[in-house]
Amino acid sequence: MNRSEPAQEQGPSARPAAATLEFREATKIYPGQDDPAVDALSLTVPAGEICVLVGPSGCGKTTAMRMVNRMIDITSGDILLDGRSVRERRPAELRREIGYAIQQIGLFPHLTVADNIATVPRLLGWPKDRTRARVDQLLELVSLDPADTRDRYPAQLSGGQRQRVGVARALAADPPLMLMDEPFGAIDPINRERLQNEFLRLQKEIRKTVVFVTHDIDEAIKMGDRIAVLQRGGKLAQYAPPAELLMYPNGRFVEDFVGADRALKRLALQRVRDIDLWKAPLVRVGEPVADARRKVQDSDVPYPLLVDADGRPLGWLSERALTGERVTEDLRSKAEPAVELDDVLRDALSDLLANEAQYGPVLDARGAVAGVLSLEIIGHALQEPPEQVRSGADALAADG
Amino acid sequence: MTTTYAFLGEFGDALQFIFQGETTREGAEVGGSQFLDLTWEHLKLSGVSMAIACAISIPLGLWLGHIRRGSFLAISLSNVGRAVPSLALIAFFVAYLGTGFANLTLSLVLLAIPPILTNTYVSVTQVERDTVDAARGMGMTGAEIVRKVELPLALPLIFGGIRISAVNVIATATIAPLAGINTLGDPIINVSGYGDTGRLAAAICVAALAIFTELTLGAVQRAVTPAGLKLEPDTASRRMRIRFGREATT
Repeated sequence: MNRSEPAQEQGPSARPAAATLEFREATKIYPGQDDPAVDALSLTVPAGEICVLVGPSGCGKTTAMRMVNRMIDITSGDILLDGRSVRERRPAELRREIGYAIQQIGLFPHLTVADNIATVPRLLGWPKDRTRARVDQLLELVSLDPADTRDRYPAQLSGGQRQRVGVARALAADPPLMLMDEPFGAIDPINRERLQNEFLRLQKEIRKTVVFVTHDIDEAIKMGDRIAVLQRGGKLAQYAPPAELLMYPNGRFVEDFVGADRALKRLALQRVRDIDLWKAPLVRVGEPVADARRKVQDSDVPYPLLVDADGRPLGWLSERALTGERVTEDLRSKAEPAVELDDVLRDALSDLLANEAQYGPVLDARGAVAGVLSLEIIGHALQEPPEQVRSGADALAADG
Repeated sequence: MTTTYAFLGEFGDALQFIFQGETTREGAEVGGSQFLDLTWEHLKLSGVSMAIACAISIPLGLWLGHIRRGSFLAISLSNVGRAVPSLALIAFFVAYLGTGFANLTLSLVLLAIPPILTNTYVSVTQVERDTVDAARGMGMTGAEIVRKVELPLALPLIFGGIRISAVNVIATATIAPLAGINTLGDPIINVSGYGDTGRLAAAICVAALAIFTELTLGAVQRAVTPAGLKLEPDTASRRMRIRFGREATT
């Protein structure tokens, strides 16, 4: 979770792994059309960040992405990769430096997984053993077993596996920039979520600059360090980190596009561990009642929480448990719902609401109580300035 | 006359004609080793024609398919090719080339081009656009896309076209004696010199050649089908439906 951690440390190679990408008034007008598909798009993607281009269909997001590697030629304006115009590069050479993953993946059906992944290294003329080692390394990186997968053909893979191979192929030559056009669009929701998480985990490790195209605002919020919302006619409506976009949409269009539930969407960006919890009045059986009462007074919670020897919650104590000299095991209610530190606030809120509870204990990875989360805290979290909210790969759970 | 194949009747006579030959009333040796010469001439004519046809239509088909243009050319050419009889072509070219090898080769090349061209063109355009897009996006040049992606994926269908053309050419090369080249068509056309037995014998030889070609090229076609493609049931069945001019046999 350490944001300032040097990105390259765990990267797959020693090469500088990310480039800065800058659109400067980049415009595309297709021949025979009056209106631009992309209209003077200007934005900068800092090295190592995921920029999501999102918008309704026909907003030019794919066109904008494909202008970067010159799959579509720029009509006017420019796009700079690490300060160098893509217009002065030879297209094939430029593209070999840019990872490219599309929704339909486009694996070569006549080649094995290993040969597919080796495409760009071979175009670049890498020595054989280096390519082979790289293929195995990439397969492991995308959670596929090299020995089992290497020699298979695309037809022998599941959709999710193919998508992983597609990502591995795009990463093969360790490009400083990745272009991804709805890479998880054709996958069922469960596998999609898994692949999204996997990619974020991967990104945390490799820290590429990524341009990610999607029409799904939820995916944009989840994946993006920054989100560029485009509207019809290829105009940039807003370019901001997800939390800022959700908190301060700069107009009707963005407001409508992010949806009426943008507060809830924002809660999906924050994890329980990121916010200040209430201190829990933890007591154990046999503890002096006086101590227990003092703990309750110091806390925001009206009842003491009984825990076992390992700090795991047993339940909220009733008044009667505190009548004698020592605390007895007389519960008013079970300690439900129990939320976890890595839960996103939206899920935690949902748990609280489902249990008709105002507050609930928060458990750490070992199951011990780390604090108490309440509706009130969640309310406060929504007021937090967007700069404090992490996004993209940084928002991943700590153990991820 | 000793008849090893007598129990086969006329068919047996024909086989004997092929393997042992006869001497005609004029004293000419026909059948036997003379048939070898005819077969060689037949194969030479067919082979040269096929080689030229492949050299023209495969690159042209790959190129048209790669740029995804010229479907009109590829399709209408195949229809015209099937409509114009080779015999008419030979007669037509006599005016310009006279009789002989050049005339015949040109006619057979024109017969062979349409199936190969159409199959090549169609098979390249059938390669998934996303596959080509991915190849381009990864930095393959046009030539690399053709060589590493489109050609290997199109190869089975291209060989399907070659196979059809080869069989057509071998069958049609029997009319070559009309323009002065003595192929296995000679005994068929020139009955007075060979007799009915000779005609049947030649017909058997041409049929055997055609069947042999069909089977051999079929095996080659299977051999050049990339392993990864054989595993794709959808693609295979779709490919079969678009085969040129006949039932699928991929």
